Amino acid sequence: MSLRSPLSKATGLGSAKHGFSHWWWQRVTAVALIPLSLWFVYSLVCLVSADYQHAVMWLSSPINATLMLLFVLTALFHGQTGVQVVIEDYIHTKWLNLSLLLLIKFASVALAVLATISVLKVVLGG
Amino acid sequence: MQKERPLSPHLQVYKPQMTTMLSILHRSTGVFLAMGTPLLVLWLCAIASGAEGYAHMQSCFSHWFVQLILLGWTYALFYHLCNGIRHLFWDAGRGFELQTLYTSGKIVLLMSVVLTGLTWFLAVSRMGGGA
Repeated sequence: MSLRSPLSKATGLGSAKHGFSHWWWQRVTAVALIPLSLWFVYSLVCLVSADYQHAVMWLSSPINATLMLLFVLTALFHGQTGVQVVIEDYIHTKWLNLSLLLLIKFASVALAVLATISVLKVVLGG
Repeated sequence: MQKERPLSPHLQVYKPQMTTMLSILHRSTGVFLAMGTPLLVLWLCAIASGAEGYAHMQSCFSHWFVQLILLGWTYALFYHLCNGIRHLFWDAGRGFELQTLYTSGKIVLLMSVVLTGLTWFLAVSRMGGGA
């Protein structure tokens, strides 16, 4: 016998009213990634036999650094929203589901910071 | 608990169809690409770390097994990109007719192979010419 009221049991279940925002940002980042990923593949093809000096020179150009950061950060965000849906769909053990969701959020933020610092270091000539 | 119940869409009783396979491939390439992001960030890290770190990274990249994974990532990126555009058309409410679904699916498959081939052709010819 629980002393919880039926209303308190139902509260918090069902739509959290944030579904649209998740869906929308997945699409916004998808659209942004169309030109960004084409630029990224083109750049990698150009850099395929580049030595260290060439790679640093390429990445220290403000345009390339900006596009690279836009690509990496958008890809990380888009990937995180996508993997989140996959976890929500297939992992039904509550503690594992929550742990994985936290893990991919922490990992993508950590990677975003690392990428930003790396690119800035090259641009600022550290 | 209802652990033993099959999950919709009952993959074990459905006949595999092209549209199903493309949908599954979209998800798996997405997850595969997400697994590649740490390597991309590591590459940026290597450029920032100096000549030694960069040379070490380059030698890792030239290993045949890493090259094979890079080929897989190239295909995954182009497939996910082309099929993602197909998804965006669906989001706009277009392209749901059965015939259109199959035609767009075939275009996606063709384009992903062509773009992957083109990319690696250019990359390998640059590698040969530049070295």
